[in-house]
Amino acid sequence: MVDVTPADAVPPAEVGEMELYHPHSWWTKYVFSQDAKVIAVQYSITATAIGLVALVLSWLMRLQLGFPGTFDFITPEAYYQFITMHGMIMVIYLLTALFLGGFGNYLIPLMVGARDMVFPYVNMLSYWIYLLAVLVLVSGFFAPGGPTGAGWTLYPPQAIMSGTPGGQDWGIILMLSSLILFIIGFTMGGLNYVVTVLQGRTRGMTLMRLPLTVWGIFTATVMALLAFPALFVACVMMLLDRVLGTSFFMPAIVEMGEQLQHNGGSPILFQHLFWFFGHPEVYIVALPAFGIVSDLISTHARKNIFGYRMMVWAIIAIGALSFVVWAHHMYVSGMHPYFGFFFATTTLIIAIPTAIKVYNWVLTLWRGDIHLTIPMLFALAFIVTFVNGGLTGLFLGNVVVDVPLSDTMFVVAHFHMVMGVAPILVIFGAIYHWYPKVTGRMLNEALGRFHFWVTFLGAYLIFFPMHYLGLMGIPRRYAELTDMNVMTESAHHLNSFISIMAFVVGFAQMVFLFNLIWSIRHGREAGGNPWRATTLEWQTPETPPAHGNFGKELPIVYRWAYDYSVPGAKEDFIPQNVPGSFAPSREPA
Amino acid sequence: MAETTLTHSSPMARPDGWRGIATDWASDQRAFKNVSWGKAMMWIFLLSDTFIFGCFLLSYMTARMSTRVPWPNPSEVFALRIGGSEIPLILIAIMTFVLISSSGTMAMAVNFGYRRDRRKTAILMLLTAALGATFVGMQAFEWTKLITEGVRPWGNPWGAAQFGSCFFMITGFHGTHVTIGVIFLIIVARKVWRGDFDTGRPGFFTSRRGRYENVEIMGLYWHFVDLVWVFIFAFFYLW
Repeated sequence: MVDVTPADAVPPAEVGEMELYHPHSWWTKYVFSQDAKVIAVQYSITATAIGLVALVLSWLMRLQLGFPGTFDFITPEAYYQFITMHGMIMVIYLLTALFLGGFGNYLIPLMVGARDMVFPYVNMLSYWIYLLAVLVLVSGFFAPGGPTGAGWTLYPPQAIMSGTPGGQDWGIILMLSSLILFIIGFTMGGLNYVVTVLQGRTRGMTLMRLPLTVWGIFTATVMALLAFPALFVACVMMLLDRVLGTSFFMPAIVEMGEQLQHNGGSPILFQHLFWFFGHPEVYIVALPAFGIVSDLISTHARKNIFGYRMMVWAIIAIGALSFVVWAHHMYVSGMHPYFGFFFATTTLIIAIPTAIKVYNWVLTLWRGDIHLTIPMLFALAFIVTFVNGGLTGLFLGNVVVDVPLSDTMFVVAHFHMVMGVAPILVIFGAIYHWYPKVTGRMLNEALGRFHFWVTFLGAYLIFFPMHYLGLMGIPRRYAELTDMNVMTESAHHLNSFISIMAFVVGFAQMVFLFNLIWSIRHGREAGGNPWRATTLEWQTPETPPAHGNFGKELPIVYRWAYDYSVPGAKEDFIPQNVPGSFAPSREPA
Repeated sequence: MAETTLTHSSPMARPDGWRGIATDWASDQRAFKNVSWGKAMMWIFLLSDTFIFGCFLLSYMTARMSTRVPWPNPSEVFALRIGGSEIPLILIAIMTFVLISSSGTMAMAVNFGYRRDRRKTAILMLLTAALGATFVGMQAFEWTKLITEGVRPWGNPWGAAQFGSCFFMITGFHGTHVTIGVIFLIIVARKVWRGDFDTGRPGFFTSRRGRYENVEIMGLYWHFVDLVWVFIFAFFYLW
């Protein structure tokens, strides 16, 4: 590079060049690869594949709910199995794996200017253990008695009793084993993500210059490393209850007139452990989405993110607060009412940093040069959907409102809006945004717009009516909604309508998958930086980036990630590796 | 490109207070200066592992406090009859002594590692491993004794069934940690002995070159396992 003025001085490199493992064969290059980008693609494909299983399961559930009694093969047992596997797959094996294993692996090294994750070998193991976890999970479908039907929360005592599908068969054992494997695998990857962000950044890349995507994924990973242990312990203990007949979670119980061997355990203990993991898990899924959507909005509105520092602090605050709200999932569990008071308060406090983020997204859009590209459409859809789901969260966070709404369709509508639809919209937006970097080609625009509108409107047509059903008192987790006082004629019609919409939206995802595969060969050539974005992953010498990411020299960072439309600059974007003396910056001091 | 490594002619004014703390943490390239990747990774892993042991111990305490059946008295259960008299907790005391001693030998191994004294480092690491193995052996003895006395994960002759469940689960999980530690101690000791860290020989699986710091990282894990034992000792045996 040319002369650099003292104003551009960047501290010298603190760590020598990383030694990369160079693959010698096709197997070590594409299968047992230690390259974070290949691992990311492996994670993403596996997560998508298992996600398709969850999609089919949701169709089967909707068939049963929308047209009760029409499909004989969906017995109540099968329905519970579908519901359980759908929930578990979506939350853990799809969303967590895709955001952290997929996007984390691909974007962290590129965005912080690293050659790779700090421990590529451990990173590779992480994927293979994840794959093993998925296979163990899927094997439940083929085991005697089928997968577990305990509901995704796996509450004991019912989870390991004979009345629950898989409770006394293989189902619950395979589910718990799979979760334990997932946690071990995730820990290996998670340590990599955290250490890469903390210790592996390129010169000039302070934490306060990280793109918010990295901040979101980083904070979520830290949370996951602290929250998954609770699930790990809960799984181990329930496995012991089921296999060795211990009584950690099992009280004295009479089943079918017979006194069981168990005695003196506490089902509430499981709920505490589960939700100590389960609530942070919501934000483990949401924070990467928050981060990614911030970058999408900034890039496609050609404007710097509003209040960058506050965005970072809000992410950290949400992450910290999410560890002290878990019992708001347990208002009806019979715990002390004062607990409810405490947890309702903390829950409502979380609304403050979250609201800061929403306002900042909106203020970033304010008077921006908004390009309604597909990633932007998905980002906008995310904001409204997230606000929607967040507002019903305020309802459910209050004890007095939650108690009557608990276990109704209202809850289903709430969490699907806030941690189902909203993060998935971001995932779609992110795929449309970064697909050109991964493959070198753009996704098809027309198919993409079709996919967006059907998904976005369809998701509302599915989940909005559920709020009304819930307010009417229609319960969740019932295999048949027929002979109930609350099930009026119109509620039945609404249910059928929801089911039909579920199929329509599902169909749109097939179009999306087709687009993903078709565009690898037939998409428009993208070039290195199709969105004219500032972050480092768009400045790589090759597209898709080669092993080692940045060619001979690692980039040096001179500015934050949001120099869009800087007054006085030639272009409306200035990449992070352009020195300050070449172009002005609006980085906050 | 080397020109960019200019000296700081004008050191930036360092902000005060919280802002200064945040700036320090967010500083260029590395949040923790002089901490290598491997060491940072081990520390963060240990933090995560702390949560696992914390959850195990909290669950055990919940079970112990909420049970309506009397909890077996640890000082009677864990007593050994030596020379005609029951000595409470004697085996556990010896086990604790052995494990804490192993932390001492580990610390010495780290010291000699940084002095590039291959022989002493390797010997001390093997000694640590031997002490660890002794600990696991005594634990096996303790398990055998309790099992022959009728303690099972699902029940025991003296009281709350959760006693056996928690005992086998927590000591088993800790024992697994010690065993894994012993295995890795032997592996690292072999590398030290062979001089891998002097010649920069790449690892078999990872193809990474090791450094003497690996001894210290191994030590971090080992001290952690010891520290966890102290908590188990206090909460399970002394309570």
